[in-house]
Formats: sequence, structure tokens, C-alpha cells
Amino acid sequence: MARYSAFSIFRNALSGQKNWQRAWRAAEPNPSYDVIVIGGGGHGLATAFYLAENHGIRNVAVLEKGYVGGGNVGRNTTVIRSNYLLDGNTQFYEFSMKLWENMSRALNFNVMFSQRGQLVTAHSADQLDGFSHRANIMRLNGIDADILDRDAVRRLVPYLDFSDTARFPIHGAIFQGRAGTARHDAVAWGYARAADGHGVDIIQNCEVTGFLRDGNRIVGVETTKGRIGAGKVGLAVAGHTSVLGAKAGLELPIESHVLQAFVTEPLKPLVDHVVAYGADHFYVSQSDKGGLVFGGNLDGYNSYAQRGNLGVVCEVAEAASALMPCISRIRLLRHWGGVMDMTPDASPIICPTPIEGLYLNGGWCYGGFKATPASGWCFAHTIATGKPHPLIAAYGLDRFRTGHTLDEAGAGPSAWLQ
Amino acid sequence: MLPIECPCCGPRDHDEFRYGGDASVTRPAHDDPDPEAWYRYVFIRANPAGLHREFWQHVIGCRQWLVVERDTRNHAIASVELARKSPHSKSLARKSPA
Repeated sequence: MARYSAFSIFRNALSGQKNWQRAWRAAEPNPSYDVIVIGGGGHGLATAFYLAENHGIRNVAVLEKGYVGGGNVGRNTTVIRSNYLLDGNTQFYEFSMKLWENMSRALNFNVMFSQRGQLVTAHSADQLDGFSHRANIMRLNGIDADILDRDAVRRLVPYLDFSDTARFPIHGAIFQGRAGTARHDAVAWGYARAADGHGVDIIQNCEVTGFLRDGNRIVGVETTKGRIGAGKVGLAVAGHTSVLGAKAGLELPIESHVLQAFVTEPLKPLVDHVVAYGADHFYVSQSDKGGLVFGGNLDGYNSYAQRGNLGVVCEVAEAASALMPCISRIRLLRHWGGVMDMTPDASPIICPTPIEGLYLNGGWCYGGFKATPASGWCFAHTIATGKPHPLIAAYGLDRFRTGHTLDEAGAGPSAWLQ
Repeated sequence: MLPIECPCCGPRDHDEFRYGGDASVTRPAHDDPDPEAWYRYVFIRANPAGLHREFWQHVIGCRQWLVVERDTRNHAIASVELARKSPHSKSLARKSPA
């Protein structure tokens, strides 16, 4: 694999850009692998990369039913932050943040990680108290967090509604300066290319249709490209975990729901940060092309359709114009949906399963993108050693049975209300 | 929008309804001491990619609870019935053993 560098750009410019190599090989499946990772999204590709990089396991295949980057890794709103409240989440997402900070270098691929800072507005003294609690926990864990009063918020983001007629006047905000965004396609491509460089086979258009078992042990998978043997199988197909889990005989506490995302027509630079609205579920950032990228709530009923309903489009537009009246006349350019694994506590599930040789990584709800590197790192460790990485000890499937749920929002067990 | 054919009010937009989740799970008897039964009732879901039996309440209408069979891949609705008349309601009404 030729390394990307300033020199490689210069050299290829001299030869008319005709000599760039493929970023990764178009692999066809071998008869068997030490490890098969199902799902060529961010988490699956990161897992394959860290299996090779950290554990020296290179006889690995990633099976993707569509194309790399076609699922949720290319459908999210690219926000990265580590402002979690509960033990287990706080440390995991901060570990992820540290991996993000070095990702472009580690992968030799520019993922355009931009630590532009994220703020969540507070609309009452009580809400700001809650944010202070969160900020204190973050700081005690060595994570940057600031509490801003109304004037400080106004200096930072003067385009929000600070008028006397604001429906929910801004009282303050919690701010994490190291939070930001990254180019999500580049993350998938970067991990794919780096994993391929370590000898991992990335097999696209290869859907897993069943599991090969020997007693309680997984020994391979049935695919649309034939049977493939495997020593171990990792499932990283969030959105469709229930579907593949059922084929393996797993009963899971997961519901699939659609989450929509939106992008507006391009504007001159306006939004320098990621801004989340504390009075409703809405957040916004501005892409490098100028489009405002925003998202809101789930559509609210079980769905495997990768498209959403107009009701949520209206709700998001209402929240957008309540927080930022200046964009009320901007036109939406595109909107799309992704299928989320929603768990009863809105926290992920990464663990060995009761089936020998089968490992589970799913339940990412709408927080999967920011977790990509840490998820891959910890899942690779779990597959390689057979034991959960300490950072994901809280993400076991057992927690629902034992009452150790990690419900950040305190929303209760109805997945569609998380 | 998703039109739901309410047995009382006719076809109405889904925005008039509140979603109530999977209607195929059965609540254990109130004094069932088996934690496994409660665990399965509260958390475990079949989550099918296909036909899904689910509760909807017509909150801005007749306020009846309905059981809707809907395909989760394309939202095509196969049937709508009143929850109290659905076969499921018999298990809901089951009394705890004295």
C-alpha cells in the first residue's frame, strides 16, 4: 500500500493523476478465515483494522452486504463528543475521543477531524444545574467541559434567538471544546484501506444469510457468495442486529427505528460549532461545503425502511427556526434515514454471546459514529482474547437481566422513547 | 404520512396516534415471581423485518387502543383492530391466581 503524503500528491499531479492505486483490493472470499467480521461499516472495518494492528490477527474478512460506507457510517450527522454522565459511558467515549485525535495519522488517511467544539443550550436554571453536574463528572474524568452563562453563549453563537420573544429563552450552555465533526465517508474508507494494508479481505456485495454451527459453536457463515469457514465471527451490523441475531438464535433487547438527517442548501460560514438545542431534540453543524447538517428525533415506530416520515421533518424545521430564526427561510436540500438498533437504555451492547465463537457489537442507537474507533478497538480485543475489554465491561447483554442498565436520559425501557 | 384505518374514526394520519410498541409480548401475571418472565416482557423483542403487531392509541380521536399489523420494511398495513377485541387482549385480561 503506497502511503499518502504531500509528496504523493505532488508526484501524482505530475503524472496526470493516472497512477493512484485502488484504496483497497476487490477481494473474493477464501474458503475460511481466523475471524470473520460481518458488516463493512465503520465499526466492522475498525474492528478488522485493530484485530490486525493490535493483535496480529490478519487472516480476517469483512463481509458487507452492500458497499463500504453505504449504511449508517455514511448516514449519520458526523458529530463526535465525549460528554457522557454515567460511569462506563464517560470513560469509553473519552477513550474514543483520544483515538479520534490521532486517527488521520494512525490510518494515513485524512478524516477531516475538526474539533470545533460542541455546546448544548440550557433553558432554565435547573437545566443548567443538571449540565453542571455533567460537567463536573466530565472534569473529574479528565475531560474538558465548561459551563457558560447567557452572555458567554451569546458571544460564542450570536445567531441564536436571544430576543425577548424566544419561546424558550437561553439561560446558558455546557460546552466541550474538543468535540467536533469528521468526514464520515473518510472514516469508513480510511479504516478499509488501513485494514486492507494489513491483509484483511474486504468483501462487498456479500450478504450473510445464515450461520454454520457445530453444536453450540459457530464455525462459519452462509453467504450470497457461498459458505465461508471461520474460527470466530463478530457481528457489527447495527440497525439489523436483530435480523442476523435471530439467524444465530440470539434473543435480543433491541428494536429497529429510523432516524432522519437533513442538509440544507450551502451557505457562507455561519455555524462555527456543533450546537444542540436543550429545549427540544435538534442539533446543527455546518459542513465544509456550507450545508447546515441537522438531525432530530426518531420517527417513533419500528422500521427497517431507510427513509423517514414528513412529521419529523416538520418538527425538526420547527425546532431549527425556534433556536435559529435566521435560517427559517433556508431550503432543505436533502434528507435521508438510517436504521438504528435502539436498546432499552440507549447504550450499546458489545460482548461475547452465549454461542461459542460469536461476538456481538450492536445496539448503538444514535450514538454509533463517535464511538467508531473505540468500538473497533474494544471489540477486536474481545474477539482476540474472548474476554470483554475493561472499557466495555458495562456493555454486556446481561445488564438488562441484572438491572445494571446505563440509561443516560433516564427515559425508561421503551426503545422508541429513548 | 402513515394512514391508519381507525375502526371508529376511519382513515387518519399517524400523527393523531401514540405508538405503544410490540403487541406480541405478553405481560406476566401481576404476582408472577419469575424474574426471567418479567425480563423477557420488559426487554426482549422479536423486532422482525416484516409483519409486526403493534399498539397505537388514537389520542387525538376516539382514544381507543388499536392493534395494527404493519410491515416494518415498507409500512404497508395488513390489519387494524381494537386492542380490546384482539386475541391478545384475552391474555392481557388474565387474572392473577388467587
